[in-house]
Amino acid sequence: MDVKVAKKQLGLKERYTLMTRDLGWEPSYQPKDKVFPYAAYEGLKIHDWDKWEDPFRLTMNAYWKYQAEKERKFYAVIDAHAQNNGHLHLTDARYLSALKIFLQAISPGEYAAHKGFARAGREFPGVGTQVACQMQAIDEIRHAQTQIHALSNYNKFYNGFHAFADQRDRIWYTSVARSFFDDAMSAGPFEFMIAIGFSFEYVLTNLLFVPFMSGAAYNGDMATVTFGFSAQSDEARHMTLGLECIKFMLEQDPANAPIVQGWIDKWFWRGFRVLGLVSTMMDYMLPKRVMSWREAWNIYGIENGTALFKDLARYGITPPKDWDDAEKGIDHMSHQFALALYQWSFGTSFHTGIPSDDDMAWLSAKYPDTFDKYYRPRWAHISKMKAAGTPYANFGLPKLCQTCQLPCLFTEPDDPSALAQRETEYKGEKYHFCSDGCQHVFENEPEKYVQAWLPMPQLFQAPLYGDLGAWMQWVSLVPGKDNGDYDGSEDQRNFETWRAMARSNQ
Amino acid sequence: MAVKSIKPYVGVPRDLVANFNGKQIVFVCWDQHLLFAGPFMLVVEPGMRLGDLVENALKPLLQPDPDAAAIDWSTVEWLKSNQAWTPDFGASIAANGIAHKEQLRFRTPGLNTLLAVA
Repeated sequence: MDVKVAKKQLGLKERYTLMTRDLGWEPSYQPKDKVFPYAAYEGLKIHDWDKWEDPFRLTMNAYWKYQAEKERKFYAVIDAHAQNNGHLHLTDARYLSALKIFLQAISPGEYAAHKGFARAGREFPGVGTQVACQMQAIDEIRHAQTQIHALSNYNKFYNGFHAFADQRDRIWYTSVARSFFDDAMSAGPFEFMIAIGFSFEYVLTNLLFVPFMSGAAYNGDMATVTFGFSAQSDEARHMTLGLECIKFMLEQDPANAPIVQGWIDKWFWRGFRVLGLVSTMMDYMLPKRVMSWREAWNIYGIENGTALFKDLARYGITPPKDWDDAEKGIDHMSHQFALALYQWSFGTSFHTGIPSDDDMAWLSAKYPDTFDKYYRPRWAHISKMKAAGTPYANFGLPKLCQTCQLPCLFTEPDDPSALAQRETEYKGEKYHFCSDGCQHVFENEPEKYVQAWLPMPQLFQAPLYGDLGAWMQWVSLVPGKDNGDYDGSEDQRNFETWRAMARSNQ
Repeated sequence: MAVKSIKPYVGVPRDLVANFNGKQIVFVCWDQHLLFAGPFMLVVEPGMRLGDLVENALKPLLQPDPDAAAIDWSTVEWLKSNQAWTPDFGASIAANGIAHKEQLRFRTPGLNTLLAVA
């Protein structure tokens, strides 16, 4: 009798086939469209799911091995950081505001992406797609966890970190990111892939993560650098898959192009509004800055974006509709956002501040056409108010955009002296927007966005009816500790005291 | 299509006037005064005189701007839903035709201490 000798190891291609494609089966007692009821309603035509290519040919068993190795390294560094009082190696504790915003607005987005990919993995009929979504779902929850673990060390010493989950759901400045993910998760699986897999991972990740991680490195924050590194190889895979996914949709049927184009237009603009937070972090929150928001946009937005859309032109895809409005806003948005956060800082779970003379000289050099002309006079007036003992707070709560949910704080693309104000009526109700881009998103699907949970109007409905103190309690904001100017804050006092103790014998 | 969905779907607006306990929202913006980062959201009773809204709700919010004291309210130019408009300050908000979530804007030409007008 011949005994078959098992091959010791399968080749990469064989293993990939066995561990992915061969896991799929044809349903026998239910029609396929009942098993995958969400695959068709978005209007995309898919003829051959096997054309989905995973450029990494990654299988689950290999995936676990890689990820486990990364986890071990990550937690070793995080432990060392904690035991070595890593927080005292920061350039300055005012840097932590950037991390607080990240934890409140972005890390919960990782968790939302996890839920979304888990769902997309179930809803797509193709096996290759299912496996890719499954891995990304696990990546995303790992990112949320490592970020929360890394930043939990700071929570032992500093204010503003303690209630990030409540603040993700309830506070006002995080709603731009929350509504982005809520919008994506309540869309169909294909639109979700464009929103997260393409726009967020491919178009925006560089602008979000590179500046954050380099900002961390420049400011002595080893914990954040470490979760950045740990996520980086995942992000590279997500970006490749995001691009693969869009090419798959476009190659399956020429009729898919206009639908995909509509999603690119929408999700570019939604993502661009999330980047408003990032621009402010880069220009105003880092004691030691990496590059200006304008410089980052030139590299990651213009250079990479132009190359990408050149590549997609052969499918009939053009750059996002509101690209020009975005470009016109680049030299203004960080200043407008920083001024807004400062005047409403009684309602922020992080500290803000007036830029120092040095900071203003830097801003003026990086934004020669806009800073001195438009923004320096406002900061100078605000400094004067502070010096006079009457620091500026704007107790007028702002009008919010129905789509991005940010205060309508951006100016007209061609007139930096006028706020952009757009409104429309739908079924007898008025709706307001910060931009043409946000109005277009609303008008394409008004039944979706009329339901927007806007933090400011909600504060005046049951049960709070405008009670600011009760609102603070509800959003878990501790006044006098979490909010306000960094100057004179408990964070500032503690950091300076502890650092002095670490460097002297007093 | 008002929303992409697998079956007919109707959204419920969350900010209907009925949810505001007898009040309504009025947005007010002082054009070209960007010390205030966004238009103000005022929540007031529709029966309130428009003059009282300006006097008691709006004016206190404007104080931080160096131009606030110099406003000549008799020459202020008003816009309602982006159209030129003449308010009646003696009449109520409702009688002025100011709907829930109406956007009012006002202009004070010549006053622009903090803004280089393009």
